[in-house]
Amino acid sequence: MAENNYLLETKDLGISFGGLKAVQDLNLRIKKNEIYGLIGPNGAGKTTAFNILTGVYQPTTGSYIFDGEEIHGLKQDAINKKGIGRTFQNIRLFNNMSVVRNVMVGLANLPEYKCNVFESIFRLPRHFKVEKAMRARAKELLDIFGLLEERNNLACNLPYGKQRKLEIARALATGPKLLLLDEPAAGMNPQETAELVETIRFVRDHFDMTILLIEHDMSLVSGICDEVTVLNFGQTLAQGNVADVLHDPAVVKAYLGD
Amino acid sequence: MNFLVTLINGLSLGGVYALIALGYTMVYGIAKMLNFAHGDIIMVGGYTVLVALGTSGKPIFTVIACVAAIVVCCILGVTIEKVAYKPLRGASPLAVLITAIGVSYFLEGLAQIFFGTNAKFVKIAEMGILHIGGLSIGWDTVITLLVSAAIMAALTLFVKMTKTGRAMVAVSEDKAAASLMGVNVNAIITVTFAIGSILAAVASIFYLMRYPTLNNTMGAMPGIKAFTAAVIGGIGSIPGAMIGGIVLGIIECVFNSTPLAPYTVAIEFAILIVLLLVRPNGILGKKRREKV
Amino acid sequence: MSLKKNAFVKYYLIYVIFAAIIVFFVALGGVLPRSFLSNSLQMAIAILLSLSLSFVVGFLGELSLGHAGFMCAGAYLGGKVASILAAGALGNGILTFIISVLVGGIVAAVLGVVVGLPALRLKGDYLAIVTLAFCEIVRVLFLNSPKEAFGGAFGLETPKYGSSGISLQMMLILALLLVVSAIAVFRNIIRSKHGRAVTAIRDNEIAARATGVDVTKYKLFAFVVSSFFAGIAGVVYSYTQSRVQSSTFDYNYSIDILVMVVLGGMGSMNGSIISAAIITFLNLKLSTVLTGNLAVAKDLVYALILILIVIFSNAPSLRSFREKYNFRAIIERLRKKEMDPADIKNDAGSWDRIPTKIEMNEVLSTDFKVQESTMNPDKEAK
Repeated sequence: MAENNYLLETKDLGISFGGLKAVQDLNLRIKKNEIYGLIGPNGAGKTTAFNILTGVYQPTTGSYIFDGEEIHGLKQDAINKKGIGRTFQNIRLFNNMSVVRNVMVGLANLPEYKCNVFESIFRLPRHFKVEKAMRARAKELLDIFGLLEERNNLACNLPYGKQRKLEIARALATGPKLLLLDEPAAGMNPQETAELVETIRFVRDHFDMTILLIEHDMSLVSGICDEVTVLNFGQTLAQGNVADVLHDPAVVKAYLGD
Repeated sequence: MNFLVTLINGLSLGGVYALIALGYTMVYGIAKMLNFAHGDIIMVGGYTVLVALGTSGKPIFTVIACVAAIVVCCILGVTIEKVAYKPLRGASPLAVLITAIGVSYFLEGLAQIFFGTNAKFVKIAEMGILHIGGLSIGWDTVITLLVSAAIMAALTLFVKMTKTGRAMVAVSEDKAAASLMGVNVNAIITVTFAIGSILAAVASIFYLMRYPTLNNTMGAMPGIKAFTAAVIGGIGSIPGAMIGGIVLGIIECVFNSTPLAPYTVAIEFAILIVLLLVRPNGILGKKRREKV
Repeated sequence: MSLKKNAFVKYYLIYVIFAAIIVFFVALGGVLPRSFLSNSLQMAIAILLSLSLSFVVGFLGELSLGHAGFMCAGAYLGGKVASILAAGALGNGILTFIISVLVGGIVAAVLGVVVGLPALRLKGDYLAIVTLAFCEIVRVLFLNSPKEAFGGAFGLETPKYGSSGISLQMMLILALLLVVSAIAVFRNIIRSKHGRAVTAIRDNEIAARATGVDVTKYKLFAFVVSSFFAGIAGVVYSYTQSRVQSSTFDYNYSIDILVMVVLGGMGSMNGSIISAAIITFLNLKLSTVLTGNLAVAKDLVYALILILIVIFSNAPSLRSFREKYNFRAIIERLRKKEMDPADIKNDAGSWDRIPTKIEMNEVLSTDFKVQESTMNPDKEAK
């Protein structure tokens, strides 16, 4: 964080599949500890932008700087280790593993839980120490999200809303500096959404987290986001303060049509 | 000149592999399963020919034998689908794979009971050698080449032109959507198995012309090679299976004519591995990008 | 607390059982009929193979049809080392056996890397055919090897148990010890962060990457550990033969191992052990029961049993029937207790509840049952 205050800064980021420019000239500037919204109609390239940031796709143009480091070109797990955690639009849990083990997968890369294969195979003291610590930490995280009671259930048996929460808990377990949430409120009822807003605020404050989220629910966006970027057909339509952007005629047009 | 003969030989063997590979690839495309018992249908076709030929050498019996093989294999393929695979529709792919393996063992076991394990010699027909401008090619090779080319052309037309053929394509694209559009998915699967088995029967006749020994595991090698061919071409793709079969046949004949002959199988499989590393979905296979 | 204790007992039960078996053979190995001992040795080899394949198929979630290839490499290299050492100063003793086991295992593990590499790029059926191809390549290479090196088409002469040095009884005990160590290694891996990473890849590779799992590393790791033990099984096998023939290790052998793993229940180590033992026993029994004219029916009967088991335990139309009459439900009814995995809320018990992605465990395994609707990997890909 030498030159500026931005945790994530993208420079003219773009990607095209065949001839289709899915995202072009994306310039995000996300300050530390901010909740930033990425909105836009279906097919606007929001999830694609997430996929570029997390290394699923390599950008065809531009670059991005995360925490003072150029990290594009790294593999997905390496980017996660640099400090970007994410959730998915269509929930992707480790369905056949228990809830607590889902979170423990996320914890595995943290330096305090280092333990090599031989220590595990031969059951050396460090294995037990690390396992115990990881389980305790996982339980703490689950407690925050109200999942402690279900910790030994299979992830696939959780109700929908709790699966979303578990995904966030798992992403947080990897110790990120930036959390990418892909439509966290999708499929939730108003009450669940309200709870989610509280959870996201809590995560920001409690974990000192920066959050970038994709969302369709405008009440949620205007409720918690500090800044937003609106995408349409891969291009940036508007950017800046939530209230201003949502009243921008171009944005209204994109959403409501002519 | 010698090389040209090898090439024609390879094309002909490739035609046989392509016929078998088509069975694999069509069943895969439509039922999404690896039909491990497909190779054993070749074996059953072979034994049918053996029985139907009897001891007589009359040409009419050759024709009867070929027809009998086709009929028996067709009925067998459809029966297997109805009895062993249909109950498992909707179950995990691995369960279906294991059942197919079970069916394969079953057919081999059955053949063992009726015919023993000793290899039998089958002489389908006495064919001469064709001489064209210095080239000497066995008539069996030529007939194999021509007939398999004709069958492949007919199959392509069938899939493109007929209602059933287009329904097959629709089912392989999306079973649920095809069924909503009024396609009888069960009937299409039956037709697919019938066609696959008929092709296997024809292949078994040509294969026996080339390698006239018959035992209860004779289907394994051509089966596995045709499967390889289907994967090389891109499994699920009909033209892919043809290309894959022909590529494999040529490779086999070319290497068999060199000192590397003992290693031919290893070379074929090595080419498969390298090709899949370069093109993970085969030559004509569709690229499947998983949505994140 | 009692539940916790229960799970603890359940976890160590398998070791107690194997310890009892070993003690049994140490005490009575001298009096038991030789056929019983050699059949048990066959079962031990099958268990080693199915355990090792189970790790790749049931826990990493990759279909491998080439497991016999690793076994082949282990049998040839281990057998070669054994025959060299047996002729030398070391003699045909336990030390020779141990060294050859290590060599066979390591050679197979190196091959595991070679096969694991395509696994990084290929999936499902494509990977399956590559593993099958690899197995055939290994077999053909040994078949055509120089006669002085590996015996070529004649096969490799290896020291067999009994002839000198290691007795059949000792061989069986050594094999059982190897089985126990394989069980310990696999279970210790599975019940650690490394095992969780492997199963995370099985459940959702994309999510695993995003959660920081080094997929490359763990896929190779799973293949290496798995092939190491397959190689060891090969070395033990080479000790049961006076001549190792490469034709033994064709893809049908790989498929036989896969059948054991699948019938045992995907993602269940105990299931793999039980199913390997039962299937091997069944095969050996069928060949002694069906003698004379009936001998030819052996394959047929085996095939029928296989098809019926799979259809019974997987056919969607038989689901309600299965839920009523499966092994576990009957036991639960006897215990007059409703079973609900959600009720069990202790940490220690949760490790072995890695349920099956592919539901085949009703017949044999002892793991918990998971709703089938959520288990279909096809649906997940959407």
